[in-house]
Amino acid sequence: MAPLLTFPKGGVHPPEAKELTAALAIETMPVPDEVELILGQHIGAPCTPTVAVKEEVREGQVIGTVTKGLGVPLHAPVSGTVTAIGMSAHPLRVSAPSITIRTNREAAPVRYAATDWQKFSREELLKKVQEAGIIGIGGAGFPSHVKLSPPPNNPVDTLILNGAECEPYITADHRQMLEKSAEIVEGARIILKILGITSCHIGIENNKPDAIAAMSQAAAAASTPSARIAVRPLRVKYPQGSEKQLIQSITGRKVPGFALPSAVGVVVHNVSTARAIREAVVLGKPLYEKVMTLSGKGIARPANLLVKVGTRVSDIVEYLGGVTPQLAKIVMGGPMMGFAVSTLDIPVTKTTSSVLFLAEDEIDASPHSQCIRCGWCLDACPMGLEPKEIAIHVEAGRAEETGRFGVFECFECGCCAFVCPAKRPLVQFVRLAKMKAKR
Amino acid sequence: MWTVVACLVPSLLFSVFLFGLRTLIITAVSVASCMAVEALTQKALGRKVTVSDGSAAVTGMLLAFVIPPGVHYLLPVLGAVMAIYIGKHLLGGIGYNIFNPALLARAFLVATFPVAMTSAWLPPLDHLAIFSYLGTTVDAVSTATPLAVLKNQGMAAFTEQFGALSNVYTNFFLGWRPGSIGETSGLLIVLGGLYLLYRGYITWHIPVSVLGSIALLTWLFGGEGLFHGDPLLAVLSGGALLGAFFMANDYVTCPTNRTSQLIYGCGIGALTVLIRLKGGYPEGICYAILLMNPVSPVLDNWFKPVRFAPPQGGAQ
Repeated sequence: MAPLLTFPKGGVHPPEAKELTAALAIETMPVPDEVELILGQHIGAPCTPTVAVKEEVREGQVIGTVTKGLGVPLHAPVSGTVTAIGMSAHPLRVSAPSITIRTNREAAPVRYAATDWQKFSREELLKKVQEAGIIGIGGAGFPSHVKLSPPPNNPVDTLILNGAECEPYITADHRQMLEKSAEIVEGARIILKILGITSCHIGIENNKPDAIAAMSQAAAAASTPSARIAVRPLRVKYPQGSEKQLIQSITGRKVPGFALPSAVGVVVHNVSTARAIREAVVLGKPLYEKVMTLSGKGIARPANLLVKVGTRVSDIVEYLGGVTPQLAKIVMGGPMMGFAVSTLDIPVTKTTSSVLFLAEDEIDASPHSQCIRCGWCLDACPMGLEPKEIAIHVEAGRAEETGRFGVFECFECGCCAFVCPAKRPLVQFVRLAKMKAKR
Repeated sequence: MWTVVACLVPSLLFSVFLFGLRTLIITAVSVASCMAVEALTQKALGRKVTVSDGSAAVTGMLLAFVIPPGVHYLLPVLGAVMAIYIGKHLLGGIGYNIFNPALLARAFLVATFPVAMTSAWLPPLDHLAIFSYLGTTVDAVSTATPLAVLKNQGMAAFTEQFGALSNVYTNFFLGWRPGSIGETSGLLIVLGGLYLLYRGYITWHIPVSVLGSIALLTWLFGGEGLFHGDPLLAVLSGGALLGAFFMANDYVTCPTNRTSQLIYGCGIGALTVLIRLKGGYPEGICYAILLMNPVSPVLDNWFKPVRFAPPQGGAQ
C-alpha cells in the first residue's frame, strides 16, 4: 500500500472513542412535534423570514431568504404551521432569531424523483446548489455555491472531498461513506462538472478501512477520463481534516494565511456536503436533514441519527432513552473543537455534526495553572504558532499584541490545549485574544 | 514533576551507598524545607498553595544534589529559603522565575559559606559503612573533588589520587569518586535522563548540545596545546551530566524553541569550559546555566517556530 499521507508539522493523537458508534447504521429519527430553525445557519447575513406566524408551510418550502451578501435560503424541514418567529437558544451566540414550526402529521409526505443531472449546464447546477440551501456541512457553514465559483484569477485544478473525520467520537461521515458511497461519488462528479475540472481526491483517515474500501470501490466504478476520482488514505493524526492540513497532505500545497484554498488551485468539500449537493441536483431536495452522531457514556443509547434540521437536542435525548447518571458535560461538535452547552433546548443546525454526552472520565475539568514554558504547545501546533505566548499576553492584559504570534491564523483545533500539562484553556485564550485584538 | 523526583531517587540511593545516611538526611531536610518554604510563601503572598504539584520537591532534590555531602545539616534550609522564596516566588512564581531556583541557591551558598561549599567533600566509603559521617561536622575526613585536584595540582596529582585514566573513566561513570551528593554516578543520572527522554518530558536538544560543546571545547582547549584535552573526563566529572539532564532543561528557565535550545545548550557548554579552564572555580556548569537562564527569553524572541504559511504580503 502507498505510504499514508499526512501533514508534517504538529498534530496530536487524542483517544478516538469512535467504537461507541462506528458500527451503528444510520437510523432515521421520527419527526419531532416541533422544530426550531435558526435563521443564521451559514456564514454571512442571516435569513429574513418569508413566512408569517400561523402560516401553513410544506416540507421543503422556502421559509427564509437572504437579501444581501452571501447566503442561502432556509427551508421548512416538516409540513406544518409556523407557531413563532422569535429567539432560540444557540450554542455560541446564546440566543439567535429563529422560526418555530409545529409539525402537521396528517400532511401528505413529500416525495422527490431522480432526474439525470448530466443535462444541466454548469450555471443551472450552481443555481440548484444555491437554491437548495447547501452550505459546508462539515462545520464551517460556508455557502457551497460561493466555494464552487472560485475567483477567475485563481484557476482551480483539484477537488478534495474531506472524509478525514479526525475529531474523536464522530462517525457521521464514516457511516455515510459506508452506506452512501455511490451518492457521495456522484456528488463529486457533479462538483467536478461545476468547477470544470477532472481531478478529485477523497481523503479518508486510515482508522476507517471499511470506508476506504467502500469509497474506493464506488470511486473506481464511477471514474471516467473526465472525472478521475481516487481515495487517498491518510495517516490518523488530528487535525488531519482541517482544510489547510488536508490540502497539504494530499497535494503538498500550502494555503497562505487569510487566503482561500482556491489560491492554491484547490476546492475542498466535506463528503456529506457532496452528498447534499447530489440530493439537491438529482432529487431537487433542499438541505433540511442531517446525519449526526450522538455519543459518549452520558447518553443511554449512542447512535448515528438522520434528523430534521431544527430538531431540539432535548427531543433527540428523549428518543435515545435519556441521559445516564454519569453525564458530566454536553458538547456540541467534537471534543476537540466543540462547545459545551448548558441547555438541551438547542436546535440542530445544518452544521451540527454531533452532540456528545460525556461522563466524568471522558473529560478533564481540573483547574489550570500557570504556564511553565514546557513548549509542548509549540510542537503540537500544526500552524507553527506560539499558543503559550498568546495565552500569557492575554493574561497580562496585552491581547492586542498577539497578532505577531499569528493569533488570526489559529483555527482553534485545540492541539495545544490537549497537550498542555498545566491544563491551560489555550483555545479560550486565543478566542479572547481575537476578540480583543480586533477592536 | 513527581516523575522527575522518581528519576532522581536512584542517584540519591547511590549517594547513601557512597557517602552514608548523611546524604539521605541532607536531602530530606532540603526537600522538606523547600516544600515548607513554598507553602509558607504562597500563604503569605495570598496565592494558591501548590506544594502537591511536586515542583518544590524537585527543587529540594536538585538543591541537595549540588551541595557537598559534608556540609552542616541545616545548610539546605538556608538554601531552600533562597531557592523557593527569593529565586522562585519573589521572581514571579512557577512559570515566571528567571533563574533555576536550585542553582541560584547553590550560588548563594557558595558565596555565603564558601569554605563548607568548596571543601566539605567526603571520600567514598568502603564496606557499606553507611552510618559513618553522621556527626554534624566531618571536616577531618575532607578530601577534594577530581576537578579541583586537576585544576590546582595538575595531572600527576590527579592520577596519584584517582588512579590511571582508564580506571578513572569507569569509576567516574559508575560514581566511585568524591563529589556533590547527586552528581557522582554518571550512569544513574544518564539512566534517569534517558527515562525522561523516553517519556517525552524532555528532548535531546539541550543535553546533547551542553555535553557536546563541553566535550568539543575541552578537547580543543583543555590540554597542553590544541586538541589534547580529555573530553570524556570533562563530561564525566563535575556536575556536567546532572546539569545537562536535570538542570539546564528546567522547563521554566530554558528556551522553548528547538533552535533556541541548541544555542542555549552550546552557550552553557562554552561558559562551563571557560569557567573550568580560565575561571577561579574548578567547576562551572552551575554558573554557566545561571548565566544562560536570562538569555532564554531573548533566544525565544529571535527564533520563532516555522509558521505554516504566513499571510502573503505580511498583512494582518
